[in-house]
Amino acid sequence: MQTALFCVPAVVAVASGAAVFTVDSMARATYALALSFVAAGTSLLLLDLAYLGVVTILMMVMEMAIMAVFMVMFMMNPAGLMPMSMLHNKRGAAVISGGVFLALGAVALLVPWPERRGTTPADPTRAAGEAIMGSKMLVMTGVGAVLFTTIVSALVLAVSRGRYGDDEGAQDGHREGRGPHGGHGGGQDAHAGHTDHAGHGTHAASSPQEDAA
Amino acid sequence: MTLELFLLLASALFAVGVYGALSQQSVVMVMMGLELMVNGVIVAAAAFWYFLAPAAPDGQVLVLVVIAAMTVDMAMGFAVVTLLFRARDADMTDMAAELKR
Repeated sequence: MQTALFCVPAVVAVASGAAVFTVDSMARATYALALSFVAAGTSLLLLDLAYLGVVTILMMVMEMAIMAVFMVMFMMNPAGLMPMSMLHNKRGAAVISGGVFLALGAVALLVPWPERRGTTPADPTRAAGEAIMGSKMLVMTGVGAVLFTTIVSALVLAVSRGRYGDDEGAQDGHREGRGPHGGHGGGQDAHAGHTDHAGHGTHAASSPQEDAA
Repeated sequence: MTLELFLLLASALFAVGVYGALSQQSVVMVMMGLELMVNGVIVAAAAFWYFLAPAAPDGQVLVLVVIAAMTVDMAMGFAVVTLLFRARDADMTDMAAELKR
């Protein structure tokens, strides 16, 4: 019975995961990936991991929501109204992924896994919480530091160049052209223009002195 | 319900993710492939905890660490994509091949 219960989310997870890369529409791909993650989270629930299963499902749903925003930002064809192929090296990728599956599947089936040690705790969530706040606190502290570093570095990478960056001209209203590349170039041109003006000014101011000398 | 079944599920998720990460040109779709691969790792870690050493909480903590790694991977990936798009309007992997020899 439990095997049957496991097979349903397992098949759904793999099938919808494969559908991500076969459907035309990016929106459908996002929903397929969300379904795959929910099914994988459901399989975690079968392992008595109530907390981790629910956390996985909630996190994946939120990630898919964020990914949908980025999809609208970056994709040429987010709604699938204009079917197009955006693949490269399809055959090589299929061969490599098939090889990876065969190798990992062989490891899963052929390795003599050790016997189960101990039994599942009465409340696995409580056991995880006590580990996080006790013996594994250093691990979670490290994870917290990494997450904070990620916040800072992601902002530094993604924020547009401004007052202290390369794009000084944009602050003076000299930004011209479409898009970031054009704006970047426009800013440099504007900066070069200022330098040029300053040079002319210096030259003009010094000319009378040179004439007098 | 055995460890081998769960590991086969994890292998299939990982392999599908590898296919997506290698075959897609769009950066968003490559990120989806990476997420699928990490999802396979989550399933495998949970299965190892349940079937091999359920008395110790190490497996659950490993799952939490992998979930955090997935978050970091997605945040940094999209930050780099945003930077690339700002710098040179690149939203496909083939448009950012300067390091290729």
